Amino acid sequence: MTDNSQTPDSRVDTDQSVPDATNGTADQPRRAAKVSNDADATTGEEVRPKLRIGDLNFWYGDTHALKGITMDIAPNEVTALIGPSGCGKSTLLRCMNRMNELIQGTTMDGQVMLDGQDIYEKEADPVMVRRRVGMVFQKPNPFPKTIYKNVAWGAKINGYTGDVEALVERSLRQAALWDEVKDRLHTPAYDLSGGQQQRLCIARTLAVEPDVVLMDEPASALDPIATSKVEETITELKKDYTIVIVTHNMQQASRISDRTAFLYMGRLIEMNRTDQLFTRPQKDRTEAYVTGRFG
Amino acid sequence: MGSSGTFELRRGRRKKLGAVMAGLFFVATVFGLLVLVALLVDVAIQAAPWLDVSFLSQMPSRMPERAGIWPAIVGSLWLMGLTGLMAVPLGVASALYLEEYAPEGWLLQIIQINIANLAGVPSVIYGILGLAIFVRFVALGSSVIAGAMTLSLLILPIIIISTQEALRGIPSGIRGAAFALGATRSQVIWSHVLPAAAPGIMTGVILSLSRAIGETAPLIMVGAAGMVVAPNSVLDPFTVLPIQIFNWTARPQDEFQGLAAAAIVVLMILLFTMNLSAILLRNYFEGRRAGGG
Ligand SMILES: Nc1ncnc2c1ncn2[C@@H]1O[C@H](COP(=O)(O)OP(=O)(O)O)[C@@H](O)[C@H]1O
Ligand SMILES: [Mg+2]
Repeated sequence: MTDNSQTPDSRVDTDQSVPDATNGTADQPRRAAKVSNDADATTGEEVRPKLRIGDLNFWYGDTHALKGITMDIAPNEVTALIGPSGCGKSTLLRCMNRMNELIQGTTMDGQVMLDGQDIYEKEADPVMVRRRVGMVFQKPNPFPKTIYKNVAWGAKINGYTGDVEALVERSLRQAALWDEVKDRLHTPAYDLSGGQQQRLCIARTLAVEPDVVLMDEPASALDPIATSKVEETITELKKDYTIVIVTHNMQQASRISDRTAFLYMGRLIEMNRTDQLFTRPQKDRTEAYVTGRFG
Repeated sequence: MGSSGTFELRRGRRKKLGAVMAGLFFVATVFGLLVLVALLVDVAIQAAPWLDVSFLSQMPSRMPERAGIWPAIVGSLWLMGLTGLMAVPLGVASALYLEEYAPEGWLLQIIQINIANLAGVPSVIYGILGLAIFVRFVALGSSVIAGAMTLSLLILPIIIISTQEALRGIPSGIRGAAFALGATRSQVIWSHVLPAAAPGIMTGVILSLSRAIGETAPLIMVGAAGMVVAPNSVLDPFTVLPIQIFNWTARPQDEFQGLAAAAIVVLMILLFTMNLSAILLRNYFEGRRAGGG
């Protein structure tokens, strides 16, 4: 069982290459290295993975939900996790920002390295991990507050000292919501449509300036138009963020992701560049799934 | 496809049965309401000649024309205030611990079952406990504070349980969203959990306080008597409305029955006001929640 204590000093946050949150300005998001998306594919050059998952096992009580998962998540890419319901996609995602340990009765072993540092090591603070690895949930879940407060709250609790109004605007712009809400920032978030709420949740996540954004079927509760808006947003975001997205929808995975991992019954069956995985799957089971023969 | 059976819909019969059921439920509701109204009317008729300002502002007296309920009103308000001050923070904090912090397991289950059981313990038992502990052992005597402590014990389980219900009623997505932004547990609780649960918590608090204000038995146990002066400090002896009513009804003369009825009307108005404010508060907060804030 992992340690749930919240130590005030955070190793995770201090020695990384992430500039201080206060250095961010409205028109220049503070993102360090912009890595070409297909650098490794074309040149074979090693790109340092953003997240490196090593022999990860996870149990809910006696249910062995993840079995020896090993994978690398490249920076500034969209990585899609696909697979049939119950195969462990959400569980794997929640292991990447220690959200799983909020569920009681769970056990984990293995490693999750963020920029080369194990987020589960003893000195790592889950609170700081979650600030760096944000999450957007399946069902839009804005706070029962105004649009503005939804975006500003995360920055506030994380001690943001910059211009909060500028941060809110920048985050809403990044989530492609600004134009729709700029005249109603102080109205309730619950009055927004489902798709707008989900983009608000994305903006809220971006406002704490994470490195990685995890998304668990972010468009599954949305209609097609809202879905394509969210998809556009995601495609935009990978310039600045590393994105891991769970999706049920294989068209969606092929539209927006650079890399796809196929999970089946708690195991990683295959992971490859998205076009490769969909056109030339190496494993029979992957082929069966992507061609719609099961799942 | 192709099932071999047929459907005998019998729509007429089913409809008739439904109508009969609806009728029965209606009669049951009306019956309860009628009995209640009859009781209230009877009390109100008896009380009418006695209800006036001097009844509220005077001391109790052997002479019915000069008798009032001022000490009982003051005693009831003192008791309610002190009980609230002690039971609400304790109860809400316990519920927060049980819901938000305590690790799941057999220990939590046992605690949970015991709290539910405590909520069902007859109030006179709490009176005996209060007499033994607060009046005698802590030597507070038959004071307001001893009474308030006893009633705090009495309503603590109710506050805990209703607060837990309120906490469980919060959409779970809100907690997850807050944690995912890098909030600590206390930040999640202060910024989201408590505000979202506030209407439910307040409703529970007001309803349990209105239970406390109607209690007689445990206060008789701790020695609240027919006092003729209002308490001035937490260590003073006291009386409360239900005890005043109890004392008057014990007298044979008709006049005192009328006085008791008048005091009952006052107590009912107090209770009604509290319940109404519980409803209004909840509506207000729910409106505010939906309206952002
Ligand atoms: N909170 C939980 N408690 C117990 N079992 C769970 C919980 N969440 C998921 N599981 C189980 O873990 C397995 C993987 O679930 P999940 O990660 O949600 O799959 P997916 O997101 O791929 O549909 C399933 O067998 C599921 O029943
Ligand atoms: Mg899932």
